Amino acid sequence: MVYAAILPSSLLATRAPARPRGASPWLAGIVPLAVVGAWLATTSVARVFPAHQLPSPWQVLATAGELARGGELWRHVAASLSRIAAGFAVGATAAVVAGTLVGLSRTVETLIDPTLQVVRNVPSLAWVPFLLLWMGIDEAPKIALIAIGGFFPVYLNLVTGIRNVDRKLLEVGAVFGLTPFEQVRRIVWPSALPYLLAGLRIGIGQSWLFLVAAELIASTRGLGYLLIDGQATARPDLMLVGILALAGLGKLSDAGLRRIERRVLGWSDAFEGR
Amino acid sequence: MTAPGRALGGAPTAAITADRVVKVFRNQVVLQDLDLEVQPREIASLIGPSGCGKSTLLRLISGLERDYGGRLGVAGRDVTGPRREVGFMFQEPRLLPWLNVRDNVALGLPPAKRRNGGELVHRLLAQVHLEGVGGSLPRQLSGGMAQRVALARALAAEPEVLLLDEPFSAVDALTRMSLQDLLLRIWQRTRITMLLVTHDLDEALYLSDRVMVMSGRPATRADAIAIDLPRPRDRRDPELARLRVELMDALHIAGVDRATQGGDA
Repeated sequence: MVYAAILPSSLLATRAPARPRGASPWLAGIVPLAVVGAWLATTSVARVFPAHQLPSPWQVLATAGELARGGELWRHVAASLSRIAAGFAVGATAAVVAGTLVGLSRTVETLIDPTLQVVRNVPSLAWVPFLLLWMGIDEAPKIALIAIGGFFPVYLNLVTGIRNVDRKLLEVGAVFGLTPFEQVRRIVWPSALPYLLAGLRIGIGQSWLFLVAAELIASTRGLGYLLIDGQATARPDLMLVGILALAGLGKLSDAGLRRIERRVLGWSDAFEGR
Repeated sequence: MTAPGRALGGAPTAAITADRVVKVFRNQVVLQDLDLEVQPREIASLIGPSGCGKSTLLRLISGLERDYGGRLGVAGRDVTGPRREVGFMFQEPRLLPWLNVRDNVALGLPPAKRRNGGELVHRLLAQVHLEGVGGSLPRQLSGGMAQRVALARALAAEPEVLLLDEPFSAVDALTRMSLQDLLLRIWQRTRITMLLVTHDLDEALYLSDRVMVMSGRPATRADAIAIDLPRPRDRRDPELARLRVELMDALHIAGVDRATQGGDA
């Protein structure tokens, strides 16, 4: 009886939620600044490269401003973004369903995983002619291609994540009489969440890759089209605007996922780097 | 009324019945024709040499471990799998790390009570003296606190029988004693039948109505020693010391000297 009076709150370690610490964020700016510096030096200052090969940063900025004011840039960005959103949503959803079933069941794994592994090894561009044949040159083949791109990283990571679920926690679910679906929702998915989120981050990067592949080949709008247009009209500044926009959007989508990751994995007690 | 279960007859009202139970693990016989009975509202302990199969027996009773010979009954039914009426406390807390303490306890609630279970969870946390930490994550808890959350979660399921697998073996001695007292107070209030596997003779003596000593591998017997002392007990009671000697003797007969190899099954 005497020993029972241990006060809980006083014993609580007050630990801040997981947040990267250590290195100053300014470090991240060094490399980009150096690249822009070199770019300026070799175009505006020293003119090492001719303008029809590498326009100066000022030229690219001016073109971007022009496209933005005319609304053209936003039209391309919106086209690409909506394709990514639709394609990635389809691909990731399919991957979560397939990954969960394969992760949970050896039978389903034997049934569909070998086939998926074969499909995975088809290079992205190899799909394009076939998809165009089947789905026309509209949005559908592009969305399908992006979905294929986003599917595999999510699928592979989720299967790995589910296979790493602690058997001991599943026993807890069994003891408390959770139904199979509750086990998945309350134990399997949360356990596999770090893997799933890593998969989503890789998957969205892949989706951007496949988007450009689709837009390079058959499109009248989108950032990939901007690249083709720049090539056709011999305007490297257009290409660079397209490349920079793709870089920026890719980074933004990744940063968004990272934020979600940090928020929903706040419970994790894992090593976070020094 | 607190002296049940010395009669090892075939009373049909027993909370736990093992009748000639056989368990084989990879061609190794772990349990051989083992009989055991635990009466309702009794606290019984299982001790025995390392690897004698006491944890295996407990997991069989819980339904977590399958494929056995003989008959096993718990809370009025044959064991075919885990059931809500049969609670289990593991050696480790096994809290879900992504749920806070409150939600971890709520996981144990019967489905009908999960909605609006807040008041219940609050009461359960009060029972284990953890009112203030409902919002904390498991990683913020000490080992003893985490195990108290696990206890609250087990109680949330309102089990008829609670199986405990060395539940206090991973905490320090002082915490262990306070957890034992906590368990006794909960038992006094709820009178849940408890079957406890432990390595700790003093724990078995302090808590139990009956201590069953399992023979070495394969376990064929579980001889019971009755602890006919009122609770709460004084840990320094000379009678407990005498019973401890008796237990030691029983363990030696059971072959604790020989069973030095390997971990616990």
